[in-house]
This record gives sequence, C-alpha cells and structure tokens, in this order.
Amino acid sequence: MSAVVALVDLLAGRRDPAKLARPDWDGIIGVARSEAMLATLAFLLEGAALPPTVAALFADQRMAAKVAQTQALWEAEMARRALAPAGVEFVLLKGAAYAVAGMACAEGRQIGDLDILVLASDIRRAENLLLKAGWEWVKSDPYDDHYYRAHMHELPPLIHKARDRMIDVHHTILPRTHRITPDALALMSDAVRSADGYAVLCPADMAVHCAAHMLADGDLQGGLRNLWDFHTMTRDFVATDPGFWGKLDGRAALHGLRGAVHRAARLSRDLYGARLPQGWDRHDPVDLWFRRRLFARDDWGRVTNPLLEQAFYIRSHWLRMPPAMLARHLWTKWRKGS
Amino acid sequence: MRHETRIAVGPVQFRIGSDWAEPIAALERLYAVYPKDGMRPADATVRLFAARPWRRWLRPSVHIGGDFVVPDALPLPLPMGLLAAEMAMNLQVALGWRRHMLLHASAVARDGRALIMSGESGSGKSTLAALLGEGGDWRLMGDEFTLIDPADGDALAFPRAVSLKNEAIAEVAARVDAARLGPLLAGTPKGDIRHLVPRADAIAAMHEPARPALLLFPRFGGESAVEPMGEGEAFVRLTEASTNYVALGEAGFAALTRLVRETPAFAISYPDSEAGIGLVEHLWAEA
Repeated sequence: MSAVVALVDLLAGRRDPAKLARPDWDGIIGVARSEAMLATLAFLLEGAALPPTVAALFADQRMAAKVAQTQALWEAEMARRALAPAGVEFVLLKGAAYAVAGMACAEGRQIGDLDILVLASDIRRAENLLLKAGWEWVKSDPYDDHYYRAHMHELPPLIHKARDRMIDVHHTILPRTHRITPDALALMSDAVRSADGYAVLCPADMAVHCAAHMLADGDLQGGLRNLWDFHTMTRDFVATDPGFWGKLDGRAALHGLRGAVHRAARLSRDLYGARLPQGWDRHDPVDLWFRRRLFARDDWGRVTNPLLEQAFYIRSHWLRMPPAMLARHLWTKWRKGS
Repeated sequence: MRHETRIAVGPVQFRIGSDWAEPIAALERLYAVYPKDGMRPADATVRLFAARPWRRWLRPSVHIGGDFVVPDALPLPLPMGLLAAEMAMNLQVALGWRRHMLLHASAVARDGRALIMSGESGSGKSTLAALLGEGGDWRLMGDEFTLIDPADGDALAFPRAVSLKNEAIAEVAARVDAARLGPLLAGTPKGDIRHLVPRADAIAAMHEPARPALLLFPRFGGESAVEPMGEGEAFVRLTEASTNYVALGEAGFAALTRLVRETPAFAISYPDSEAGIGLVEHLWAEA
C-alpha cells in the first residue's frame, strides 16, 4: 500500500487507523510531514486507537501547531495595529483567515507568511505604514523588485526586523499578467467580519481563492493540503447554507475561475470523498493528471515523478504570463543565474 | 530507498534510508549495541541521497535530507557518509522535535542529577563530557543535545555516538577499548572526526531522566578560571543554544526560566582537559 494513498484515505475517513501496521505509519508520517499535514492528521485522529509512540508524536504536533497558530495570529494583530489607525482596510487571506474564522481546516494547519489583501488604491500607503512599523524588504534585487511591482498581485515580500516574520501584501489574488483577472473590488467589498473583528473573504470567495491558489496560480506544491482546505471549507459552508454550491458557482463565474473551482470540487470528491450536487458531479479526463501529481510521493516523502512535477511548474508559469513575457523573464533570470 | 536501518537514540526513533550500502553498514556497526525496536514507527526520517542518479557511482556525493531539508547544505563524499548521517540525524532533531526543549549542550549525570555544558563548537563541551563519561561515576547523557522536559524540568539524555574531533581523538582513544571507536574520518569540513560509542550502562540508562544540578559554559584555552553567571545571562545564552525555544512558545519560556532559576551556572576557562575536569569536579562538589 502506498503511503500517500493511505494518508488520503485516513483524511477521508476511509481507513481505520487501528488496522495500520508499523511500516504503514513510517510512510504515512513521512508523507504527511512532506505535505505539511502531520498536525492536521494529528488533530483528525485525536482520540483514535493509535500505537503509543504515534499517539505521543501526534500530541507533540497538536501542541506545537497551537503555539504556531498563536504566533501567526500575533502577526495579524501587528498588521492591524500598523494599518487600522491610518484607515487602511485589509482582509486576511489563507491560513490566518481560516484560523480567525475558526474553520475546521485551521486545526493543525501550518501558517507561513501572513497574507493580506488591500485595495489597489491603498497599496502604497499600506507599504509605507508597514515600513514605518518595522517591516523591511527581503529582496534587494532591482529586477525582482521591479518584477513584483509591475507584474505581480502582491508587493515584494516584507519581513519584520525584530520578529523575523514575513508579510505578503496583495491587491488581488492572481498575478496581473495572468490570463484570468478576478474582480478584486468585489473581493474587498463583500468581505465579512470574523468574531474578533478581522475582515475575511466571504465564504464563496474564500473557496474561489483557495481553488485559484491551488490550480490557477501554483504548481500543486502542497496540493493535498490546499485541497484539504477546499474540501473541508466547502463541506462546512454547505452544512450551514444549503444554497452554497449555487452561490459558489456564481461567484466563481464573476472572477473568471469556474474552471479551477469546479476542478477543485471534483478533485476533493475523488480524493476526500466530497459529495457534489448535480452540475458539479462531472468527469473530466484531464483531472487524471492532477490526481497523478497529487499522489506523486513515495513512502520516503520524495516526489516520484519529476517530469510531471516539472510539467506542472511550467504550466503554472504559462498561466501566469504571456509567452513573450515568459521568455523575457526566464532569460533575465537565467542571465542573472538565479 | 535501497538501503535502510532504524536507530533509537533517547526518545527519538530514526528511520534512515540511503542510496548506498556503506553509510548504512557503518551506522549499523556504530549503533550495534543500542536497543532495537523494529515494531516502533519512526519519529524522524533521514535520507542520504545522490542528487543525480549517476552520482551514485560517479564521484559519489552524499546529500542529506529527510523530513526537513536545508537547501544549501553541502554534500559530502561517500567515504564521509557516516558524518553525513550524523549531520542529517542532528538536523531532523534540531528542526523537528517538539516534545522537549532542545539545548545544544552536552550532559553527564551522577546520582540522578545532571551537569549540563553549553558552548560553541571548540569549547570542549563534547570532550569534557566524553572524558567524564569514561571515568568513574558519571553517566554520559549526550555530547550534542540535552533535552529538557517542559512538564517537570528534568533533563533527558540523547546519547548518540560521541563525535570526537581533532586532538580529542587521541586523548579519548588512549583511554577506551578500540572496539568502541568508529572509523577515523580524516579531513572532513569539521576536521578529523572519530565516533565513540558511549558506555553500555549509559546506553542502557538512556531513558532515565536526571534533575539539572549544574550549568557550565566552558571555554577551552587560557588560565583556569571560574566565574559565576547570573540567571539573565544564562537564560540568554541558552535561548541561543536552543533550536526550538521559539517554536515551543510559552512552554519553552517557562522551562528555560525554571532551569536558570533552579540551577547554579558558571562560565569556566581551562588550559587542558585535566584542569577542566578538576574544575568540574570541584564545582559539582559544591553544587
């Protein structure tokens, strides 16, 4: 049995953890670490019958994830203190948003950089306020700096000089040069408040962004984790709002991301057993390649199909920018040897 | 992977995979006397691999990886595979372990009480611990990491094979059975290295906690000197010596505060090992 299949089965609730043997756990733990999902698995299997040493390791993971989440949310608070007094509104994205909204996928989820979204018209002010509050540039390379500002959907990353934590300030959710242009104004204006006063995307936009990040912008690194986010959030949104799938479809169309959102839904059905309504529950032969990419890990946590990985890397760049620009960009990067 | 083995050091069960047979065979020889639990799932995975398939044979060089990868870690030539394995195991513990606070420190124990020595590479903390562990009543707890249990403040052992460097090799080799020494790895990026398997009783007792009783910050070279160290300085030095202090959050702060409040600390300088051991024994008698 392949460890990555066993991990996905455990997440989907299709496999009984009590029936796993030692070699199974070796691979599952290794793959879960490679996919940054070990703490997620640890929360999901809290209270399950596990070998004692696995239970102890999972308890460590749960405790460490709680500390990491507290630290990540402190960054959100720091951003609020820097931006709110000057009237710059911002929306939390991804991991920090899931955590403040108390969503199921936030349990054990690693939160790396703080991702925030501001209005495009506020981006300069946000930058200045953050610089004043102790963040500084990570990249000093003029080409990279220009590239971010001219073509990307975010500022070049900033790092806080005292706390050593990064912030990514976005003005939309896909690069400017991407074939698709989401409605950034709608993302901002329809954002909702979390219990402790942070703005987060409305449920449908949150799912759209999750799918866009996974399938329209990225190369499927960390795909199992992103798909888990999508699966659990859509499952829970539907539970409180039976009309959610319809709203999601409309919102995805508004942002030009119906293809990515529908594919994310099909993949979460195929991997995690999501139940989809009519109109979503379809089959697309191309999904096969995405499933292969998501499952391309051996029992030592290594990528098993480097060609496929490379193909998805090229695809992500192909979607991000027109061919002539891609050629220019790669040429510049190659000449600089970075 | 083609070759693999499992090693348990202290609370950590390692699974080590390699593209080559040699590093695994060398590890199995070095760790032959350690207890084995083949049914226990691994806490940490270590990989020793060739960056390109042909580099398994052509100028073979060992890259280190596993659960955690440091992108710019330099590979080592195959004859230094044992050092690569040691570095890779340390890396996984340093970056991945969360159950205890990790101190980059050596430790020895006597009567259930621990002496913890923290210092930069070259401070002599490993050599002092190895020499103490050979003579008399001390039990070697580890030469690289000492684990502090946040729940009760106890020190736990991580008695991996001691990494003896340069002059320390001859000094220790003269006192121990040659069967407990690994092969000489000459001219590595860290100088000459030879591993020492801890005494059997130290390995047998590796799960027994010890109460921290004395904290030393040794410095090799110069006249013999002892200087008491305040709680604040010991605290700051130990935050720098811990690889997971920040990641543990409040639990790490509480564990470290308790350690420096309850344990007397001294900076010591010493011109040679004999003088160093004399200082240690003297301070221990007063602690």
